[in-house]
Amino acid sequence: MASIVFAIMFYLATLLFVVGLLYRINTYARTPAPLKIPTTPAPTTTGGVVMRMTREVVFFESLFKSNLWIWGLGMMFHASLALVLMRHLRYFTEPVWGWVALIQPFGMYAGITMLLGLCGLWGRRFFVERIRYISTPSDHLMLLLLIGIAASGLMMKFVVHTDVIAVKGYFLGLMHFNIQALPADLLLLVHLSLVMSLLVVFPFSKLLHAPGVFFSPTRNQKDNPREQRHLSAWAKKLESEKN
Amino acid sequence: MADIVAPAYRTFPIIPALKPGAMEGKGPYVANEKLNEALGFPGQLVEDWHDRAIAKMGELLSKYRSLRVFMDACVHCGACTDKCHYFIGTQDPKNMPVARQDLMRSVYRRYFTLPGKLFPKLVGARDLTREVLDEWYNYYNQCSECRRCSVFCPYGIDTAEITMAAREILDSIGYGQKYSNEIIGKVHRIGNNLGLPGPALIDTLEGLEEDVKDATGVDVRFPIDVKGAEVLLVTPSADFFAEPHIDSLIGYAKVFHATGTSWTLSSMASEAGNFGMFIGNYDQLRKIALRIREAALELGVKRIVVGECGHAWRVAYSFWNTLSGVGGGAGEVDRFAQMLQKQLDHRYKQPTHICEFTWDMIERNALTFDKSANDKHIITFHDSCNVARGSSMGNLPGGQFEIPRNIIKAVANNFVEMAPNTTREQTFCCGGGGGLLTDDLLDVRVKGALPRMEVLQQVVDEHGVNFMATICAICKAQFTKVMPIYGFDRRMVGGVHQLVSNAIQLGQK
Repeated sequence: MASIVFAIMFYLATLLFVVGLLYRINTYARTPAPLKIPTTPAPTTTGGVVMRMTREVVFFESLFKSNLWIWGLGMMFHASLALVLMRHLRYFTEPVWGWVALIQPFGMYAGITMLLGLCGLWGRRFFVERIRYISTPSDHLMLLLLIGIAASGLMMKFVVHTDVIAVKGYFLGLMHFNIQALPADLLLLVHLSLVMSLLVVFPFSKLLHAPGVFFSPTRNQKDNPREQRHLSAWAKKLESEKN
Repeated sequence: MADIVAPAYRTFPIIPALKPGAMEGKGPYVANEKLNEALGFPGQLVEDWHDRAIAKMGELLSKYRSLRVFMDACVHCGACTDKCHYFIGTQDPKNMPVARQDLMRSVYRRYFTLPGKLFPKLVGARDLTREVLDEWYNYYNQCSECRRCSVFCPYGIDTAEITMAAREILDSIGYGQKYSNEIIGKVHRIGNNLGLPGPALIDTLEGLEEDVKDATGVDVRFPIDVKGAEVLLVTPSADFFAEPHIDSLIGYAKVFHATGTSWTLSSMASEAGNFGMFIGNYDQLRKIALRIREAALELGVKRIVVGECGHAWRVAYSFWNTLSGVGGGAGEVDRFAQMLQKQLDHRYKQPTHICEFTWDMIERNALTFDKSANDKHIITFHDSCNVARGSSMGNLPGGQFEIPRNIIKAVANNFVEMAPNTTREQTFCCGGGGGLLTDDLLDVRVKGALPRMEVLQQVVDEHGVNFMATICAICKAQFTKVMPIYGFDRRMVGGVHQLVSNAIQLGQK
């Protein structure tokens, strides 16, 4: 029974996640940027912008300039999360890809550093006066959700094991619309429920910072306003009326 | 104004503790009916302000990707919280960039997002009440749109964009700020921000010719409305009679004279400043910019050069090509822009900053200087926010930092830098930018100058600095006003071309 309920929920959550995210990205992409507003000094070429975005997305360059504590904790969380996600690919691939097999041990410890990073970020929301002032309940809940995911995952790895072979069978089955039995372990069900919640809230919350950063005009625009005329569709209309 | 005092310097540059409500209040003077209606805004706060404000917000969200993305992307990480000069100076938490943004973001969430409609408390969403609206008016008029926060935000969120949107919404419901709207009215009515009519301007320029003749014995001209001149100089109107601005105007004229450049001012475009940007109104921004296009077409000039003015240079460099076609690279079918661009000389960047012009001439060896004329000065350079973070100069990113410094070093012997986390892209606003340069905001202006004054004091103590050069009319006006409150001599501040003017040798080449 749980297998079927979870299967339906997973399909729905994934659908919401994908459709919601595509809808948001589409909105960002279609909204015009009428003026050139890169935060300067800014690159003047497309190659330069790609480099700037890469530094921003991979190394959090601006955050590094701003505050080493936030940068360190944020980096620890995000890099760990990336490793953990890659490690989880083993549940969705058969045979497991070589590089996924290779990073398994790192991914395991990344779960721990991810949890530490999250706890550090959460601690700041209590102990730093300025951050406490700006924090909303949802900011706390979001961290709590991620901490719950990390903690339940780690518990399964280090304390109460679950039948990972069966879990893998279940997800491979899901991917082929062939629903298998899901082990009825409490920790596993908690872990999966929290992950589904994350998928659902993603397109409606501040997690939109992930796609958002790629559309940020202060970062992704070339600084060439004198060399090339930049005109949005709605601004162009003003011109034809006059001219 | 006797009760306005400078805040104490921080012994260590620590992040100040919060003082909630420290800058609560009514904000600056509200624009009256006459000022608002002259710009096509409702005369006073309209009856149905709530619905119209939300509708306007929806419109802006669909027109500006910046606003759309910035409303969603913030994660409340706190990276920006200690970066605003107004927060540092006032300690009011609502002057933290993220909190300033949240004044609008909370309303965005309530009306434009599902979680905010369903669970407002959970996500910090708020109804747009009269209290919230007044809070907008107060705190969005305590932002100088200097973009310092945008340097540090991991998503590049620029509070200036949000402040502009907020002011645009407020104007659209008849709740605009007096100072900015009055000035925009003057530009349209008289031709410049200071309301200096054509005849008075011509008089002033003739007086200047006499002054320079008396001081140097050389006939340096200050031409106006000369058809067929090569260069059209567009400069902030403060340059025509405010101190110390006027000394830089004399500097530009001497550079043109010494290099044999034929140039002219324009009575139609006797203002480089564009307060349309401050109130975030594209129509105003465009209308004010179009004056320069018209003047350039009418006078038939080949080059357009912009004087020392921070936000004017941002508008000129980043927006003029978009707004009015003053620039290069318009498509073949773009008749509107081509009409002007065909006339301009594209061996030079269009528009050109006066510092680019002067530095180019120095590199070509077309100018001679007696550097010792500036020996009485130990000079530091204050990067103006709009130049530093909203524009560039020359061919390489960062030219906006190097070129003014290169000029100073070419015309003077003593140059010292201020603390590196307060210069270049991390420079602090003077405290008077973005439409805040009005006496009814003097308190916030004085407090906002604190971080700059602290590091200036440092170089004064350590190196005996006695001159802070800058290339912005607002910086110059703001510093001459607030520096005495911090115990500095107001004559310590001046333009880069003031130093050029001191050292330039006329009639040598």
